[in-house]
Amino acid sequence: MNQLFILAGLLEPAVGLIFWTSITFLLLLVLLGKFAWKPILNAIKTREESIKVALESAEKAKLDMLELKSTNETILNQARAERDMMLKEARETKDAIVSEAKQKAQADADRIISSAREQIISEKNSAVADLKKQVASLSIEIAEKILKTELSNIDKQKELVSALTKNLKLN
Amino acid sequence: MISKINTSGLLKVVLAVFLVLFSSSSSYSNKPNQHSSVSENHSVSDSLNKNASKSETVDITKVAFEHILDSHSWHFWGEGHDALVFSLPIIIYSNTKGLQTFMSSKFDHGHASYNGYNLEEEVIKSEDLNETIYDFSITKNVTQMFISMALLLWLFISIANAYKKTGITSAPNGKQSFFEPLIIFVRDDIAKENIGGNKYERFVPYLLTVFFLILINNVLGLIPISANLTGNIAFTLVLAVVTLLVTNFNASKTYWKHIFAPKPAALWLILMPIELVGVFSKPFALMIRLFANIAGGHIVVISLVGLIFIFKSIYIAPVSVAFTLFIDILECLVALLQAYIFTMLTALFIGSAMEDHGHSNEEAASNHH
Repeated sequence: MNQLFILAGLLEPAVGLIFWTSITFLLLLVLLGKFAWKPILNAIKTREESIKVALESAEKAKLDMLELKSTNETILNQARAERDMMLKEARETKDAIVSEAKQKAQADADRIISSAREQIISEKNSAVADLKKQVASLSIEIAEKILKTELSNIDKQKELVSALTKNLKLN
Repeated sequence: MISKINTSGLLKVVLAVFLVLFSSSSSYSNKPNQHSSVSENHSVSDSLNKNASKSETVDITKVAFEHILDSHSWHFWGEGHDALVFSLPIIIYSNTKGLQTFMSSKFDHGHASYNGYNLEEEVIKSEDLNETIYDFSITKNVTQMFISMALLLWLFISIANAYKKTGITSAPNGKQSFFEPLIIFVRDDIAKENIGGNKYERFVPYLLTVFFLILINNVLGLIPISANLTGNIAFTLVLAVVTLLVTNFNASKTYWKHIFAPKPAALWLILMPIELVGVFSKPFALMIRLFANIAGGHIVVISLVGLIFIFKSIYIAPVSVAFTLFIDILECLVALLQAYIFTMLTALFIGSAMEDHGHSNEEAASNHH
């Protein structure tokens, strides 16, 4: 009989304990829910979110860095290309200027030479003309002097008239 | 893994029941159809019966069940006048005399009657046969439950304050660092895993309360002088009923349709009762599982210690202590495991009841946003 009592006590739920357990459980649910679980869960959630955000921003910063790096590379390449182009242009300009200068100088030189030549020719011509004039005047003077001396006596004059008349053929 | 634990719990109960039955008369012990694992108890009960003839013998069965069952006083140690016993308040409601309160010391451990009431085997009986009484006493179990409630409130409110004080940027320390992983475990591996979606957050406070209430009382129950609250069927009954209510109040249309309008309509008459039984059998299993595991564990421990008194030999003590130590370590694991299993299965029941097949695609789509 004793054992049956014990078994009944083991398997039969007592009303009092059911009552107090219900009250305790509900109280715990309300009090812990309000004063413990809510702040704890919120804090854990906030922390997890902040960690997530931090990780995401780190990842974003990494991507930004990569992008920046590639942008830098592009800019650098562009600058290099521009520099090359500028150098090329400068060389071309220099070559053009030099060749132009050369051409101009050549033309100037040619012009100077040709004008010099023309001057020389004209100088020469004028000199020749002058010389001719002087030679003519000198010849006239000489002829004058010779004639003066030749024709100073009558004999000589006669001789000359005869010589001239001799040469003068009467046709 | 759960089924393995169930069988071990079941084995303990079988062991306990055999212990009860065999200690009564020798005619039972002559029955040949015994389970092999109980053979040890067989001999135990034999020697117990032999000793029962002598007057100064210790009734291990009585001692064991005194430890397992609820009591109206808190007995620490000692016998008779040397005993350290705290008397606890008795609260009874009677249909004739109304509400009455007095201390349990008035009963003098069941030797005296008070106000027309007797304490027989920890059950209050009225001498008046027409009187019906309801016992709402603050028993040993109720006292421990109040202690555990105070402990839980102090523990988790101080942890919550630690979060408020140190903020979320600093690492948790002390109690906080011990309990935070458990809280996250309940939230992620129990609630989120079994309920899922974005609806699980609503149930996390409830699941946390269940988990820590069971855990703290399982652990407190391992202390020899303490009460066996989680191994009491009234306590597990309340928790199982709460699970039943929470599950069914949050159930989806699909869940009810599945019960009251099962798919092959021709089998309606057979399927509906089966489904309806299923609604109650799940929380019933929860109730029995926790109760049986904890009560069974305690009975095994007391029986092992009782070997010393049964054999009346000090030389059996090392064996007793070694086995008790082993079982106690096992019980530490069981304490955590049963709290986890109860909470996990509660979450699983809620999750499966909330599952809505009709809108599952829509829900899945909304989860992606």
